Amino acid sequence: MTKSKPWISLSGIGLFAVLLLAVAPLVLTDHWLNNLGKYCCWAIAAVGIGLAWGRGGMLVMGQGVFFALGAYSMAMHLTLETAGDRIPGFMVLYDPLAPLPVFWEPFRSTGFTLLAIVLLPVLLASSLGYALFKRRVKGAYFAILTQALAVALATLISSTIRETGGDTGLSDFKYFFGFVLNDPANKRMVYLIAAALLIVCLFAVWQLYRSRFGELLVATRDAEERVRFLGYDPANVKLVAFVVSALMASIGGAMFVPIVGIITPAEIGAAASILMIAGVAFGGRASLFGPALGAIAVGWGQSSLGSTWPDGWTYILGLLFIVVILFLPNGLSSLPARFTAARRSPDRQPAPAIVAAELEEARP
Amino acid sequence: MTDASLVVTDLHVEFSGFVAVGGVSFDAHPGEVRFLIGPNGAGKTTCIDAITGLTRATGSARLGGKELLGRPVHKIVRLGVGRTFQTASVFDELTVLQNLDIAAGRHRRSASLLRARRGTDGSIEQALEETGLAGEFATPSGILSHGQKQWLEIAMLLVQDAKVLLLDEPVAGMSQDERTATGELLQRIAAKRIVLVVEHDMDFMRRFATRVTVLHQGRVLSQGAVAEVQADPKVQEVYLGTAGAATTAAMSVVPEAAAGTHQRKED
Repeated sequence: MTKSKPWISLSGIGLFAVLLLAVAPLVLTDHWLNNLGKYCCWAIAAVGIGLAWGRGGMLVMGQGVFFALGAYSMAMHLTLETAGDRIPGFMVLYDPLAPLPVFWEPFRSTGFTLLAIVLLPVLLASSLGYALFKRRVKGAYFAILTQALAVALATLISSTIRETGGDTGLSDFKYFFGFVLNDPANKRMVYLIAAALLIVCLFAVWQLYRSRFGELLVATRDAEERVRFLGYDPANVKLVAFVVSALMASIGGAMFVPIVGIITPAEIGAAASILMIAGVAFGGRASLFGPALGAIAVGWGQSSLGSTWPDGWTYILGLLFIVVILFLPNGLSSLPARFTAARRSPDRQPAPAIVAAELEEARP
Repeated sequence: MTDASLVVTDLHVEFSGFVAVGGVSFDAHPGEVRFLIGPNGAGKTTCIDAITGLTRATGSARLGGKELLGRPVHKIVRLGVGRTFQTASVFDELTVLQNLDIAAGRHRRSASLLRARRGTDGSIEQALEETGLAGEFATPSGILSHGQKQWLEIAMLLVQDAKVLLLDEPVAGMSQDERTATGELLQRIAAKRIVLVVEHDMDFMRRFATRVTVLHQGRVLSQGAVAEVQADPKVQEVYLGTAGAATTAAMSVVPEAAAGTHQRKED
């Protein structure tokens, strides 16, 4: 955990960047490149979950909420862009004379949309986090509360079909800030933006992890009371991590829309939120690359196995989850460290302290 | 009485009707190693909990004229009150240096938190030297010995620049040599700070205390220099009267107290 050589992680990010930005566009078909773009969006959200959960000990089970803020902001803008001066098609379907809902109007503006993608999650996460952390809500209560929010938002969207498209969601976007989305070159550009944002997010958490804040965050995770007795307010420390993770989820959601071409409540509800967590746990929540790689792996599994054997995929994912939690509680990214530790001193196990502490935290 | 003293007056703590501390008054000054002793359940730890804001209390606890009671925990810490717990609580995942660096952070501006650490603060090096942990600065604190963890906690209070050190059974579970080293450390650091020690170990108290307050059932039984207190018939009665139970009390104190802290954390 205490990396003495920052350049190892940094060159890891560099390698990752080369693979995603240079190698992948060359070797992958358009279809798979687009799929990889989708996984990158989940990975961006996963990097944030790694920060909040892995380092901060906050089991954020409702990241779908923030994913939705970014995704629906973007989707509303793209829908309006596609509709031009007219009312979006799905609205006319229910009521040919319906006016555009008031909250849609500002999303015509590109600037407002981009601002909303950043500010909405920050505002919501700040106020929510402030209320929860100052009241010392934590562990399972925090997890359930965030999960409930994701369910509530998905239900709200489902039930407001006239305003949000309901379960059918928003889709059929033709333009992305003026670029025609059907054009393969533009699709590739959208992929590159998503991949680049993932790299930026990785870089951001790399700096956070090696900063004093990163140490303080781990300290807060492991012994919140002790941190309080050092003169810090742990609520503020957790709040920063929570807000950053919410922002990342929103960015992931925003890029998800032009890449996948549709956003529905199913992509942001409880199941989707848990799937984001699954990737993080699979890859290794407290590590730098674990969450992103785990999310990409789970995404890939879903598109390859999930499409050929849809019934079996869920079981395979569940089984993987059990195996990882049982035998590799720190995720796949802890494998190399385990391996070297085992070779160096066969009688000494790497301390699973981090896991024990967090399970303790998750218990009511 | 100087401005820098800790003055506790008529401290009352009640837990849903049960009076844990009923009107305790004492003071502590820089330059002395002040001991708070008493049989199990006398309210010693509760006094410390009240002063540090962990437990609600009435009465008054003033540090250099500033009232501590009624403030949130981290604000009281920022006024210069530091404490340790019966069970050593350091950040196991972090190294000794990182532990101390976090403790030193209360004087830093929040923006500087975003940068990585470069170099070591002078106060940290001094505290490492003082507590004899200089050789262990890169060790993850989770693998330190029990005694070293306690010293690390004291070192954290030193870099935190606490004016008052409230130490809850700092030598519990230590070997005889470690006890002596800890006692000498406390005498050294007490020169400029207020050191208040809650202890069960009478031998340790006799060797290192400057002044002692004996608590019994939430009240002050006796107060003064070690010899005075030991000669006090009331003290003898309490301690001799419970002499038979003394061993069992000493044995039960650690687990019971630990359970108490956990319960409070859950609340």
